[in-house]
Amino acid sequence: MPGRIEVSNQEAAVWQTATLTEIRRETPRAATFRLAVPRWAGHLPGQHLMLRLTAADGYTAQRHYSIASAPDDSGHIELTLDHVPDGEVSGWFHTVARLGDTVEVRGPLSGFFAWPGDRPALLIGAGSGVVPLMSMVRHHRLRGLAVPLRLLVSARSPEELIYASELGTETTPVFTRRAPQGMPVGRMAAAHVAPLLAERPAHGWEAYVCGSNAFAEHASRLLVAAGQPVDRIRIERFG
Amino acid sequence: MNVTRGFTGRPRVHNPGLPPGQYDAGEDWPVLSAEVTPDLAPADWSFRIDGLVERPHTWDWDAAHTLPASAYDGDIHCVTGWSKFGVRFGGVSLDAFFTVVRPHVSATHVIAYSHTGYTTNLPFADLTGGRAWIVWEYDGKPLPSEHGGPARLVVPHLYFWKSAKWIAGLTLLDHDEPGFWEGNGYHERGNPWEEQRYSGD
Repeated sequence: MPGRIEVSNQEAAVWQTATLTEIRRETPRAATFRLAVPRWAGHLPGQHLMLRLTAADGYTAQRHYSIASAPDDSGHIELTLDHVPDGEVSGWFHTVARLGDTVEVRGPLSGFFAWPGDRPALLIGAGSGVVPLMSMVRHHRLRGLAVPLRLLVSARSPEELIYASELGTETTPVFTRRAPQGMPVGRMAAAHVAPLLAERPAHGWEAYVCGSNAFAEHASRLLVAAGQPVDRIRIERFG
Repeated sequence: MNVTRGFTGRPRVHNPGLPPGQYDAGEDWPVLSAEVTPDLAPADWSFRIDGLVERPHTWDWDAAHTLPASAYDGDIHCVTGWSKFGVRFGGVSLDAFFTVVRPHVSATHVIAYSHTGYTTNLPFADLTGGRAWIVWEYDGKPLPSEHGGPARLVVPHLYFWKSAKWIAGLTLLDHDEPGFWEGNGYHERGNPWEEQRYSGD
């Protein structure tokens, strides 16, 4: 297993009230929800939180969501949620939520998938799997980090590529159903991974893979086949 | 109670089998390992019990299959929120393995470790009395590798991160030591009925 990163677990035990302050449409299926969490203790890029909604009869639904925003001192965090068909929690966010609504959050949780910005980072995601990786990209930019960072991201079409306008030269998009003029359509393949592994930064890449289980299996096998050490691949699977 | 405006939740019937904060995943069985799924053939699998035992022992695939068969037919609960009802695993009760190695009375805790290096800690008492299994079948078929095949630990009365995939062994201890997720902020025991998700719960 890759090395652990120690994070404070003190705050993770406490439910806090978060207030919705902004909603941004990202793609036809995904939107970003900005939340004010005044007592947020900070997080590392890649960490997630637990979010809880409570019905009037006391019924609660809780889900884990990756944090999309970089750590900063704004007192806000951002989540980017896909509108899951029949999704109990994502459905509320996409069809009911409006500014000023409150939800409960606890976190940040789990240090395993976190990237504190110390090692060269090779990020591979698909669909909404780009969310925790974007926290890393934003952290890299915000702090002006010199350590190498690359993002390989798969989306069905340009319209479904989350954060498209924010992605820069660190990013290679792969389109599986429909691509812009002049770009190939197809599944992520060894040919996408090879040039990144060929860069060979000092001390090697720390690889972070995030997406559906099928994608995570596929991408992690590409990495291993291309020579990335198995104990330097971290995986976050969206179940 | 912090009621969320406009949130009603799904239509629901009270399910006494569902621990607090969990939902029924239905037919889904999400995969939630943080590591690359290993290519581990049955012929390469082994299972060892050592530490505070009279006779440390290692079983290979064939030797483990000579132990009396035992099945679990019931529910499983993942800390990320899903529960899965009516799951059927086939394998061997851990009691059968312990009969061979003879644990010391001083053994209070266990570190379970996998062929990939994953670890998780458990109270020894949670692994005895017909409540824990080494399993290699799911629904009558070989356990898929992404779900821990060829063989995994199953401790269904605790959150499922305790049920180490690709199980390689158990070390019996006279003290508790955090495993992989426990060192990353998760609860030491993980009882779903008491919602022991994270340290401090």
